[in-house]
Amino acid sequence: MQIEFEMSDDIITAILTGELDHHSALSIREDIDHAMQVYRAKNLILDFSSVSFADSSGIGMIMGRYKKVKEKDGCMMLCGCSVYMKRIFEMAGIFTIIEETEERGEAMRQLKERGEENER
Amino acid sequence: MKDNVVTVEFIAIAENERFARMVAAAFVVPFDPTVEEITEIKTAVSEAVSNSVIHAYNSSGEGTIKLEMRSTEKGTITIIVEDYGIGIDDIEAARAPMFTTSALEERSGMGFTIMESFTDKLIVESEKEKGTRVTLVKMLDISCGL
Repeated sequence: MQIEFEMSDDIITAILTGELDHHSALSIREDIDHAMQVYRAKNLILDFSSVSFADSSGIGMIMGRYKKVKEKDGCMMLCGCSVYMKRIFEMAGIFTIIEETEERGEAMRQLKERGEENER
Repeated sequence: MKDNVVTVEFIAIAENERFARMVAAAFVVPFDPTVEEITEIKTAVSEAVSNSVIHAYNSSGEGTIKLEMRSTEKGTITIIVEDYGIGIDDIEAARAPMFTTSALEERSGMGFTIMESFTDKLIVESEKEKGTRVTLVKMLDISCGL
């Protein structure tokens, strides 16, 4: 699995490519935590549009990142989940606490809107 | 198509989770399964093998996992994932959603729930200090191909 980061204001986007399982989740979560620390990012978007496979390790990885983002009073969003990924994530109730959009641009727009609301 | 059996044995390292689900996908390809069926089989196998790697052998990388795949001409696929690790204390508890023995390591506790939901039948047999045997049964919808 490969990972790329994009930074915009205080939002970091992690673009994941490949297969997300127990093996790949081990390094992916370290990479994301490290990048958030280095860029001092508060908010996180996980882009799953290029992920071809995910099992329950994905749930653990998402929930772990969610906890860290919340510790810093940040927001987190998911985007580009396939129907299979949604089925798995729904079983664990992920979408009841983390919002999800089809497109990365939409997730970015929503997070920025929230940031502006908080400044008011 | 004749009944078929393929058995593969590999060491219990995380890298082999991907190998195991690829082998299972390759085994069912002759039945011309749907993308959905392949994804469900790959996911269920990945969950079972990850459980053995993480729990049966405590992520030590030692020990082996046996993957046995059987098919009938009617498209019933039976996949057995067997390990010779520590075994499961309480199978009923382990199968419950959100149950995990390693909460600190970001485990979701959803492995058995996903296996159950993505297959037609799930059997879990375990003996302490002997090992665990997970049987996944999937009936492929092959009527349209005949």
